[in-house]
Amino acid sequence: MSHKLDPIAGTQGDVASHDQTKSWFYTDIVKEHFFHPKNFMEQDADESQFNAVGKVGSPACGDELRVWMKVDPETERIQEFKWKTFGCGSAIASTSMASEIVTENGGMTLEEARALKPQDIMERLGGLPQRKFHCSVLCDKALRDAINDFYRRENKFDKIVVESARIIDPVSKVTDHDIEEAVLEGAHTLELVQQKTKVGIGNPNCLPAVEELIRFYKEKYFGGK
Amino acid sequence: MQDIYLDHAATTPLDPRVREAMLPYLDEKYGNPSSFHSTGKIVTDDVRQARESIAQILHVRADEILFTSGGTESDNLAILGHARMNKQFGNHIITTSFEHHAVLEACIRLEKKEGFEVTYIAPDRDGMISVDSIAKALRPETILVSVMYANNEIGTIQPIAEMGNMIQKYREEHNLPHLVFHTDACQATGYLDLNVEKLHVDMLTLNGSKMYGPKGVGLLYVKRGIKLEPLQFGGAQERGIRPGTENVPGIIGMAKALELAQADRVKESSRLEVLRNKLIEGILSTIPRTRLNGDKEQRLPNNVNISFMDIEGEALLLYLDAAGIYVSTGSACTSASLDPSHVILALGFPYEVAHGSMRFSLGHSTTEKDIEFVLKTLPPLVETLRSISPVRVDEKYWM
Repeated sequence: MSHKLDPIAGTQGDVASHDQTKSWFYTDIVKEHFFHPKNFMEQDADESQFNAVGKVGSPACGDELRVWMKVDPETERIQEFKWKTFGCGSAIASTSMASEIVTENGGMTLEEARALKPQDIMERLGGLPQRKFHCSVLCDKALRDAINDFYRRENKFDKIVVESARIIDPVSKVTDHDIEEAVLEGAHTLELVQQKTKVGIGNPNCLPAVEELIRFYKEKYFGGK
Repeated sequence: MQDIYLDHAATTPLDPRVREAMLPYLDEKYGNPSSFHSTGKIVTDDVRQARESIAQILHVRADEILFTSGGTESDNLAILGHARMNKQFGNHIITTSFEHHAVLEACIRLEKKEGFEVTYIAPDRDGMISVDSIAKALRPETILVSVMYANNEIGTIQPIAEMGNMIQKYREEHNLPHLVFHTDACQATGYLDLNVEKLHVDMLTLNGSKMYGPKGVGLLYVKRGIKLEPLQFGGAQERGIRPGTENVPGIIGMAKALELAQADRVKESSRLEVLRNKLIEGILSTIPRTRLNGDKEQRLPNNVNISFMDIEGEALLLYLDAAGIYVSTGSACTSASLDPSHVILALGFPYEVAHGSMRFSLGHSTTEKDIEFVLKTLPPLVETLRSISPVRVDEKYWM
């Protein structure tokens, strides 16, 4: 279904489209989901209709996303996925696309849904400008939050995956999460990540670990390019 | 679909009369003003005349005008050039926290890399800087004060003349000849009085592309006697302070644009003020949970800046774009940093309010019909975006 786009991102976080041919920096698919969002929660949520909820972000950081899921307890497949989001065009389109991905073809199992990566959503959208990557990251985080919520309600605590940030540099208190964010915002070298996070400045011992994380997140989000 | 351009604070279209004035310099009048032959001399004279015409409008001497590549360069040259040249007399600079980035980033550079200390004065909640707040920050080591004439996002007009007066007195009383006052007047052209004698400023920035002139040209007025360290080095153009072959079509165009802006200033200002008020009152009365950012009275006649609670500015911008209405947001997703408008934050409002801010800036092309179309189009779009938003910003944050 999804086709490989190369490259996914615009260059240098500018407003060019991924293929550098259109001045509008969103693809037609992004626009379709932005102007006609699918599966959003139209009314105030009646939470009794759902058995899992997830939330990520806050309006202060520019994006807030809430999701409500109805999961079949037997098959653990997602039957319904509703959402509300406060955010820019990319955030709205990414969430709308994610809602289609997890519910199409009978719905994803929670295990499959947990493996959904931001770039899966971006690929289906035909790409996002580089500086918008973080928007699609939010919806897979909200999804995983909702998956944990489902298992919590089902008392399947062994299936809950806790994602806590790990401090990489005890001096600057920079976490792996901070480095992930920096890479997503376009810092692909140690120097750029240091500019954004101050990691390792005054504590160079942690730098090899930082470089390893940068490689890991570049691989994860940008296919190692 | 009719395009409605409401982003004149970002840039203005070229006035056809300006274009007409520029054309010969893109064609037969191609000479280099520094050349000694006739081809060059014709252009030398025309550039001189343009400089004199601008000087007359500003009430300054022609040799006090430096042509640059635009507002950013003029601001940079004023801040960096003066600070670097006068470091031995003091290392303190005063500016405001809601300046244009061309001023702010230059100040931050001096602070971080060159040993200067910068005081950033915060505006009040209405976007005004008081003369008193500047006076209180002055000290013997202060060599530069830079305050914008009108804010580019919220359009508030600062009391530049009063500040200039106060600074002049302080300079004389404390015998501080190296203390100078700079203002970025890019947004003021066409609406406010640019008479430097009345403003009591020592340096003033203007930009061609905000006054229906060409892009890529600006100027810095520098009062006689003020010495600036150049940012670039080369020939003797612009007294060696800003070397490089003159942007002749740009300079001619800017002079023409300024002349036209000056002539239409009073009439155009009162025309736009009516439309501005109609837009402000229309939005505030028909769309709930909105607020006007910036003082209602001390405000450029072409600026409307509204925060729409519970939605993110970029999403609304794109919805309006699809409806043929072109506006601007200083909020999150427009800048690579993803930070919301530093201006709205400087007013003391939280991120939630800054994220939903939207600037409508009116201009020559704006008609009453345009404003009516915007007022008709806007409410359902805001309604749609609010229906997919999980956020409801508490009134205590924005009322």
